[in-house]
Amino acid sequence: MMTSQSTVEALSYEEAARELEAVIAALETAQVTLEESLGLYERGKALAGRCAALLEQAELRVKTLPPGESA
Amino acid sequence: MQQPLLIQPQSLSVTDLTRHVRDLLVGDEILKDVWVSGEISNFTRAVSGHVYLTLKDANASLKCVIWKASAARMRFPLQNGLAVEAHGAIGLYERDGAYQLYIDAVRPAGEGRLYLEFLRLKARLEAEGLFEESRKRPLPAYPQRIGIVSSPTGAALQDMFNTLRRRYPLAEVILAPSAVQGDAAPLELVQALAALAACMPPPDVILLARGGGSLEDLWAFNDERVVRAVAASPVPVVTGVGHETDVTLVDFASDLRAPTPTGAATLATPDSADLRMGLERLARRLETAARQPLLLRRAALDAQKTRLERSSPRQRLANERQRVDMAAERARAAMAHRLELARSGLQGQDSRLEALNPLNVLRRGFGLVFQPGGALATSVEQVAPGQTVRVRLADGSFSAQVGAVESPSTGN
Repeated sequence: MMTSQSTVEALSYEEAARELEAVIAALETAQVTLEESLGLYERGKALAGRCAALLEQAELRVKTLPPGESA
Repeated sequence: MQQPLLIQPQSLSVTDLTRHVRDLLVGDEILKDVWVSGEISNFTRAVSGHVYLTLKDANASLKCVIWKASAARMRFPLQNGLAVEAHGAIGLYERDGAYQLYIDAVRPAGEGRLYLEFLRLKARLEAEGLFEESRKRPLPAYPQRIGIVSSPTGAALQDMFNTLRRRYPLAEVILAPSAVQGDAAPLELVQALAALAACMPPPDVILLARGGGSLEDLWAFNDERVVRAVAASPVPVVTGVGHETDVTLVDFASDLRAPTPTGAATLATPDSADLRMGLERLARRLETAARQPLLLRRAALDAQKTRLERSSPRQRLANERQRVDMAAERARAAMAHRLELARSGLQGQDSRLEALNPLNVLRRGFGLVFQPGGALATSVEQVAPGQTVRVRLADGSFSAQVGAVESPSTGN
């Protein structure tokens, strides 16, 4: 579950949001050690930050396929 | 040929006759609501805005009028040489004695035939199960890559870009440009869909869209090849073809039909405003959840502390200490008691001893007589007259000479 902090930047919004939900669920069921819970919280903060950054900074990217590429 | 009788009935004026013909024409059930097909010629738009034209085929021609209001509602530009089907009512232009068609609607020629074709194809594909609800796939909640099949120059594409920019700028758009009308359109549409599906990685959803137009303009989206390509697409397809009221066969085959291109872009994406709100909720839940393990542990710790205290040796120590104290007290009391007893016993013996003390007897006036040998004389037979004996009194002793010895038997 625990991946290193730097990979947060590589996550898509969906991945980050889904993992954030999982982190919260893990914390809520409290089947984790205190130390783990601290790590989970840090991870959750990073994920939420990633989602927010994606929402704020996103610019629609458009790619055009070459036309008339026939099969 | 028989001549009409010249003296017979009164003649009709041209006007009367013309009005009579007009009444016949406008009273006719067929002529008041008719579709006429033909080719446009003599197309004229008057300064007044009314349109005049002639419909003709190989053998006949028909004068037509389109009043300004109707002309403004035409779905496509009319021009000479265009084969159309015109709808309207036959009337009579009295000044010229000319009957003409007052047109209120025009459709491209063959559209009626197209519509029948549409219905037949729809029935056939429907029977094949191509339009089954169960075939329709859910759209991804957060599409990362959105494929678009549309005209690269159409307003529809700009509408979709604007909508995506506003709602969900997180996405990457992959545009597969295609003609959306004309003979080449069906094949290009099929190829564009295939090109998108072949992308690495493929888009998460495809928007297939074009703006409004006549039924003929939209016809490519009723093409069997295109409909089948949409149904077979490995990527979910959202269609937004034409306006709200236009329904094409791809709409039945797609996973979701949107009323317009803008609608397609809307239905395929979450609104980032909603995402923002959801994210704030998640962030709050995270804060609460993060305290949860601590809180639970603190509660568990408190409970354990209580249990620990309950089973703590301190209480037992206190109990033990008290027991020791009490035992010590009892021991002390017992000892004291025994001492007391001993003391009182000693005193008894003391007085008994005292009572036996011969000096005490002496004090009462008795004396002890010791034989000359030192032994206590306890019988008169132990002394003889003339002997010196010692007499002991309480406070001292003296010696004495024995006189006569009398035995009590003799003396008494």
